Amino acid sequence: MKAPKFNYIKAKSRHQALELLDSLGDEGRIIAGGQSLMPTLNMRLSQPDTLIDINQIPDLQRIAVENDIVKIGALCRHADIAQSPIINEHLSLISQAMYHVAHVAVRNRGTIGGSIALADPAAELPACAVALGATLAVESINGRREIAAEDFFKGLYETARQSNELLVEIMIPREKSDDVSVFMELAQRHGDFAIAGLACLARVKNKSFEKLRLVYFGSEDKPTLARKTADAVIGKTWSEKRRAAAIDALADDLDPMENLQGSASMKLHLQKVLTGRVLDTVIDRGGIE
Amino acid sequence: MDEISMEISLTVNGEKITKTVPVRQHLVDFLRIELGLTGSHLGCEHGICGACSIRVDGAVVRGCLMLAVQADGTEVFTIEGLTETGEIADLQNNFVERNAMQCGYCTPGMLVTAAELLRDLKPRSREDIRNHLSGNFCRCTGYHAIVDAVEKTINKRLEDS
Repeated sequence: MKAPKFNYIKAKSRHQALELLDSLGDEGRIIAGGQSLMPTLNMRLSQPDTLIDINQIPDLQRIAVENDIVKIGALCRHADIAQSPIINEHLSLISQAMYHVAHVAVRNRGTIGGSIALADPAAELPACAVALGATLAVESINGRREIAAEDFFKGLYETARQSNELLVEIMIPREKSDDVSVFMELAQRHGDFAIAGLACLARVKNKSFEKLRLVYFGSEDKPTLARKTADAVIGKTWSEKRRAAAIDALADDLDPMENLQGSASMKLHLQKVLTGRVLDTVIDRGGIE
Repeated sequence: MDEISMEISLTVNGEKITKTVPVRQHLVDFLRIELGLTGSHLGCEHGICGACSIRVDGAVVRGCLMLAVQADGTEVFTIEGLTETGEIADLQNNFVERNAMQCGYCTPGMLVTAAELLRDLKPRSREDIRNHLSGNFCRCTGYHAIVDAVEKTINKRLEDS
């Protein structure tokens, strides 16, 4: 199908985009990479009054490290992130996740800011942001706000961003030298939406987890930080029994929603399988040091 | 609401073009309807099938997921342009030789997507090739021959380099 009629404004500066967002309210819609918005326009599932194109705004495509924080501009394309030496060096979890993010043509256009601001429950980057303890910076004409990723994702395509705010920067503490991150995902076809997926940041000392953040996606209406599952192993000597206890605890943390990718019970089963694989991988990698 | 239009200037297959387009027109409709470049195919028109793959500023993109107005100031290559430059003549010959097209609908998208893998010339496993082409559907399911043709092209180029 063809997109409905809309007005289109190419924002030349951040300031202009923020003014437009403020004056248009709910009638304005930001378009960045457009890899999720364009399909809904073509299918007429969304009918914005005005598209505000932010692709021309300078200074939103920077990747830099400052004081142990990796700062990623919201307009950075997935392909740029996948090839960034800074990301590869400091954020292994995101490097691993990039392998699963969509297909090459979509990675060449889609942006990290778009993925996070849309908050698709099957998307990889929101889960990574929560696992890594990212902070998300949004701006409006009234100024800048910084929101912890854990508080940013509210529900199905719902975030703490207000309609007059623009997501401008993703700030992520760089992984420490003794951190181990593991990313796993199951999809029907490489690059498709996840049936189930898990982003993990951990630290292992003497065969025991000191730190463990397990964030599940492709299951609930937003990325799920599984605290009880982590508590089942943190501070305890790793064993088969601990592994089983963590997998058992997952049912208390995670209540998957059924969708086209699978039933709730199948998703829970697959997430349990991934939990075991991820924990084993962390132990393997953490034990090398 | 009235149809809103905007003037754009871009380079298509090496030729400078200025046109006024409806802001809601996507890039492949622009190429097909306004410029008569019908090599880029429309399959699903929502970013799943890959038949509309084209090259914009050196990178393969879904032509149906980009507005024509967003291509203002860019350099676009379609399968017609890539054929003319000879950049993928060997790949195209291998597609013919290996019978890597059946109905042919997905072929331009497959070629444009594979061209990006060929530019960064290094040994690739069949799995690498499949992953790279994972966003392009072949409804005839002729994937095996397509992977063969891409693999052969890469290996021959490596041999000759």
